[in-house]
Amino acid sequence: MKSVCFYFKIHQPYRLKRYRFFDIGNDHYYYDDFADDEIMSRLAANSYMPMADTLLEMIEKSNREFKCSICISGTAIEQFQLYVPEFIDKLRQLADTGCVEFISGTYAHSLASLEDPEEFMREVKAHDNLIYRLFGQKPQVFANTELIYDDDIAMLVSAMGFRTCLTDGAKHVLGWKSPNYVYRAVTAPSVKLLLTNDKLADDISMNFNNPEWDEYPLTADKYVNWIASLPEEEQVVNLYMSMDTFGSFLPAGTGIFEFMKALPQFGKEKGVMFSTPSEVVGKIKPVDEISVPYPISDIDEARDVSAWKGNELQNEALRKLYAVAERVNLCDDRRLKQDWEYLQSSDHFYYMSTKNMADGASHAAFSPYDSPFAAFTNYMNVLADFLVRVEEQYPESIDNEELNSLLLTIRNQASEITSLKKEVTSLRTDMENSGDAAGEMVVEEKVEKAPAKKASAKKAPAKKAEPKKAPAKKAAAKKATAK
Amino acid sequence: MFGWEFPPHILGGLGTASYGLTKGMHANGDMDITFVIPKPWGDEEKGFANIIGACNTPVAWRDVNWDYVNSRIGKVMDPQLYYDLRDHIYADFNYMRLNDLGCIEFSGRYPDNILEEINNYSIVAGVIARTVPFDIIHSHDWLTYPAGIHAKNVTGKPLVIHVHASEFDRSRGKPNPTVFGIEKDGMNNADHIITVSNLTRRTVIEKYGIDPAKVTTVHNAVIPLSDELLNLERRDRKDKVITFLGRITMQKGPEYFVEAAAKVLQKNKNVRFVMAGGGDMEAAMIRLAAKRNIADRFHFTGFLRGKEVYQMFRDSDVYVMPSVSEPFGISPLEAMEMGVPSIISKQSGCAEILDNVIKTDYWDIDAMADAMHALVSYPALHNSLRDRGIEEIHGITWEKAGKKVIDIYKNVIASRG
Repeated sequence: MKSVCFYFKIHQPYRLKRYRFFDIGNDHYYYDDFADDEIMSRLAANSYMPMADTLLEMIEKSNREFKCSICISGTAIEQFQLYVPEFIDKLRQLADTGCVEFISGTYAHSLASLEDPEEFMREVKAHDNLIYRLFGQKPQVFANTELIYDDDIAMLVSAMGFRTCLTDGAKHVLGWKSPNYVYRAVTAPSVKLLLTNDKLADDISMNFNNPEWDEYPLTADKYVNWIASLPEEEQVVNLYMSMDTFGSFLPAGTGIFEFMKALPQFGKEKGVMFSTPSEVVGKIKPVDEISVPYPISDIDEARDVSAWKGNELQNEALRKLYAVAERVNLCDDRRLKQDWEYLQSSDHFYYMSTKNMADGASHAAFSPYDSPFAAFTNYMNVLADFLVRVEEQYPESIDNEELNSLLLTIRNQASEITSLKKEVTSLRTDMENSGDAAGEMVVEEKVEKAPAKKASAKKAPAKKAEPKKAPAKKAAAKKATAK
Repeated sequence: MFGWEFPPHILGGLGTASYGLTKGMHANGDMDITFVIPKPWGDEEKGFANIIGACNTPVAWRDVNWDYVNSRIGKVMDPQLYYDLRDHIYADFNYMRLNDLGCIEFSGRYPDNILEEINNYSIVAGVIARTVPFDIIHSHDWLTYPAGIHAKNVTGKPLVIHVHASEFDRSRGKPNPTVFGIEKDGMNNADHIITVSNLTRRTVIEKYGIDPAKVTTVHNAVIPLSDELLNLERRDRKDKVITFLGRITMQKGPEYFVEAAAKVLQKNKNVRFVMAGGGDMEAAMIRLAAKRNIADRFHFTGFLRGKEVYQMFRDSDVYVMPSVSEPFGISPLEAMEMGVPSIISKQSGCAEILDNVIKTDYWDIDAMADAMHALVSYPALHNSLRDRGIEEIHGITWEKAGKKVIDIYKNVIASRG
């Protein structure tokens, strides 16, 4: 019995508004709410809502035999909550059928996995918490931003406790191998790899409405037959597609929803199941291990990360952004942290790609900017303002390690002060109750003890910071009083 | 080919473009080009075209011997050609003011009696057309359209006219009716019209009412700069320099540059602005800069010539061309070749072919200021545009443009049977 796994990707970034350099330092709101609202509402009406209805119908009509999975980013969920809350309800309904698995990923659809492992793990955790809160599922399968993957990422995925990871069945990695098996990551043997079948996915997303394609028109019957006639040993077909393909890139008038609705029926006849990835890895054993020394993704012909890291503009922007990762995570300014999340979305870097000048118009088609240079300028202006705000939190003159220890000291002190206060009050009451002389002695003893405790707490993490301590302490103290 | 200017004695972009195109066409091989200009100086580059000076073409018979002719014009013309031309005088022009060789004097510039000079040029064209064998006539800009028409009437050969600029560009919408008339006449009589950009092509079609099928765009290219210019030393200084270079006239939009400069200087004091060139709006711009209180950081150089232009590019970090209407605009290409990233208006013809520049609307001062700021503040953007720009310019050659023009010739000749 062959299994088909559908992965419907839903991601929307917070688009940046036009932000001129003279706004730097004056305007701390970066987003184009009108564009977001318009795009979300339009896509929801044309695509997300009808597709969710289609999936619900397929599940119901097939007696819950049709199953699929959804990869949705945190920024997309937030925007649905703002602009199309009814879609969140639809997703809940899908979750409640028990036939839809939610996949883990990065919160902002970011490139953190390539830039900053700690930030990456934080983001995945934030994403999975959100999924759990909304849909009651703890994601078990990991799919990175646009399926970015390499051997190092495999280790991070394993360290986070995932046992399954989805990535692209890139030809230059697989060679003669077929993507229709389960594999193992070479650097983390406990992680099973599922690979997308790009050819079969493209037959739907690219060719369904292409009259020049020699197999046009594509019917559910024909499509299921292709899958059924794959070699006996090839047991799984992973189809990773953007959900807005259905209804938006392929408008409802093309019959795409009817095509989908017909799949379970033909699948049943031909012995093709529609499963969730967790089911698949539960019953199919890995056949081999795969090594991916250089990062791959599912973007562009090259299937690499050059769409986001292909020119010096993108690299510069990423470098500047992730240089403050640790800083931002140390602070607890809620708005700053929110902006930090939104500015990481990979889309911002995609718009800066200069590849569209030579090939593939796909970059230009999705970009709200005139040119990659305009995209870069706008992003850097926003980033400049953001960096000023980070700097305002903590002066740049203190390095991260020192800052960390100072913050720890402050926190320790705060908790100590409260505990000491408690003691003082309890002693006061004791004192009032008992005799005067005895009470005084106890107080003295406690006061002596306190500073010693403080010093030990300070020392441990702050070894390196010792000489510079005096001015830094002042700054930190100032901060503390400001709060 | 009929042209008005030819390097090194040029007054504007027309001469450079005519020269580049002729050279590019010659490089494609199998072409004999005769290039007529009003007044050659003798130091024009030869070899790829046979240059004939209108001022050395006799329109009335003078009995002069070989040695005399040789001593008078031998520097710029083969005396034999003088006698050949003399054999083809077609009417008696002795009523005109002629010199000892029976030739009309030309200034080769843009004098006040330009219309008279254009007419004289056309008279001379009649002599040349009768003398020199050719298959096609190519006229550069309105000054030479009457000559082209005349040559066409005399020989019946097809006429191609090349629109480097139209009266609508020069006058910002208020054309001089005489000039417009000459242009319209040229376009009506032409078998084909070549424009330097789609922008100009639209003007020709919409404002002059020409059949779109007759109008083709051939974008200008750039002549590679000499090593001497490319290796100019950058003069040392602390501040970043943003430059406007061109005639300070309404067409070039200098006021937008000043306004954008004022915006940048509010935020960033480490930038200097230079307005290089001369023109009728120079005084107004000096006043505007003073009014915006940026005169300490805003500099005027006056008219720059020859090497000074390239030294100015070399000393600049950013080049800006905010033209309100620019048929093509060659200077951003030169700036890019010198490794200076450019900001150009979307209303300029070269914006149609350039990728590695920043394009803004000329009136969008905010966008222009933002682009200026980005280029002096974000080194990655500056470096990227610089390196990619140089690469891009090297791909824009006159040889390719020349090939297109030759194809147009072939079609024109073929369509006549």
